[in-house]
Amino acid sequence: MSAASAASLGPAVDVSGLQVSIGGSRVLAGVDLRVPVGQVTALLGRNGVGKTTTLRALIGLLPSAGDISLLGRRVSGWPTHRIIQLGVGYVPEDRDVFAGLSVAENLRIAEADRDADYDRVYDLFPELRQRSRQLAGSLSGGQQQMVAIGRVLLADRPLLLVDEPTKGLSPKFVSEVVDVLERVRETATILMVEQNVHVVRRLAQHVIVLDRGVVAHAGEVGDLDDETLARRLLGVSA
Amino acid sequence: MSTFIAITISGLALGAVYFLIASGLSLIYGLMDVLNFAHGVFLTLGAYAGWAVAAHLPGLGFGGVVIAAAAAGAAVAAVTELLLIRPLYGRPISQILVTIGLDLALVGLLEGGFGSDSLSITVPGWLTAVTAVGGERIPNGDFVALGAGLAVLGALTWFLRRTRYGMIIRAGAENRDMVRALGIDVGRAFTVVFAVGGAAAGLAGLLNSVVFSGALVDPTQGDQLLIFAFIVVVIGGLGSIAGSAVAATGVGLVQVYVTFYAGSGAGLAQLGNVSVVLVLAIVLLVRPRGLLGRTA
Repeated sequence: MSAASAASLGPAVDVSGLQVSIGGSRVLAGVDLRVPVGQVTALLGRNGVGKTTTLRALIGLLPSAGDISLLGRRVSGWPTHRIIQLGVGYVPEDRDVFAGLSVAENLRIAEADRDADYDRVYDLFPELRQRSRQLAGSLSGGQQQMVAIGRVLLADRPLLLVDEPTKGLSPKFVSEVVDVLERVRETATILMVEQNVHVVRRLAQHVIVLDRGVVAHAGEVGDLDDETLARRLLGVSA
Repeated sequence: MSTFIAITISGLALGAVYFLIASGLSLIYGLMDVLNFAHGVFLTLGAYAGWAVAAHLPGLGFGGVVIAAAAAGAAVAAVTELLLIRPLYGRPISQILVTIGLDLALVGLLEGGFGSDSLSITVPGWLTAVTAVGGERIPNGDFVALGAGLAVLGALTWFLRRTRYGMIIRAGAENRDMVRALGIDVGRAFTVVFAVGGAAAGLAGLLNSVVFSGALVDPTQGDQLLIFAFIVVVIGGLGSIAGSAVAATGVGLVQVYVTFYAGSGAGLAQLGNVSVVLVLAIVLLVRPRGLLGRTA
């Protein structure tokens, strides 16, 4: 989807004044962000600035103040399962597969309806079919990431929130996960937290940088070429 | 030898009743981290519902009595979860206090409505008859309790392993937030678990009355059994149905063996109960997380 046509559809994620406190400490102090439909937006920032907190707050896993609209619906205060049922997929930071359940069982409980698209999941991750009876807790990190991503791809979800999909993975699995997300972005809007700048450059069109609980920069992925921005806000070299 | 067989079957039947109670407690704790002290009164209400059907609707037969006991336990448990537990998730002390309060209130209501004296359940003749096994006369009620325990164990295992709802419950015991993040209403799963546990408790209350209490029901019977059910849950391992089954069998056998062989002289009558507490202490010392459970 071109940037121009995406802009005409309105944002898939529209957040204003998002505030979250955890254990008495304010983590998000008024985040305003917009994620255009049909594109990949990377949420960046140094460790601890609230990237994961933002994703969890968007789907109601953390109590928050402020206005949150996803896929054109105002969802502030909604329970998590209702937000997800709008067509939102969430891939958490540490995969969070159910260790005591098999791969097949992990996928089965993620079925949103009877038309679960197993063909799509097994096409993207053929290894999951071979390991369907294996306990998810016994899989490698990369294989667990396949399960975590596979769970959200069983149904048609127009918005995916993906938290550090390549964290802790070997180069082989990083490449495989990025390949899959490249295919997935053809059919879904993705808001992705990612520390790996090379992955961001390959997948994302837009970047939003958090710093001290607010959005410090929002722009195009090419902005990462700005040495000052990269060093000041991300702690990396352009 | 024939006496040994008889008391062994009696111990297994007692263990089956303990399992019926403990399975619900264990499921509820495993998924929701709720220590439900009202579970005992679910038993009692099941027994009273069975008594009411036997007394006022005899045409429904013993099958109707069983269904009424399980349905009453399930209904009260589901309402308890919806009205009292749901607003208190994440507040364990409040949950404990409210379930203790509910137990006291419902026992008081039963005493007010039906009196504190025991009521007699009308049971079919075959249930109180005996069957000869190895030269010993075994009460048919023992076989019924044992069969019910095995049937519920099989049904729960099938439910948890084979159904999507069972998988959701197992997943919820690991990570409730992630279950929610897959678009699943965990609150509904909580209600189902409470109802399933309540149904098993109601059935246990009825079976305890007709098999071990001379077909009598009384308002405090559930609370007396609840102590042993908690012991079973801790020995078996919190959250483990298989652990509860193993522990319930062991506790039932130890209790009847010690009670029978230690005799009933002065000061010995409670030795069976003391032996169960001793087993609990040994298990906690040797294996603090219980036989098959997560850390207590």
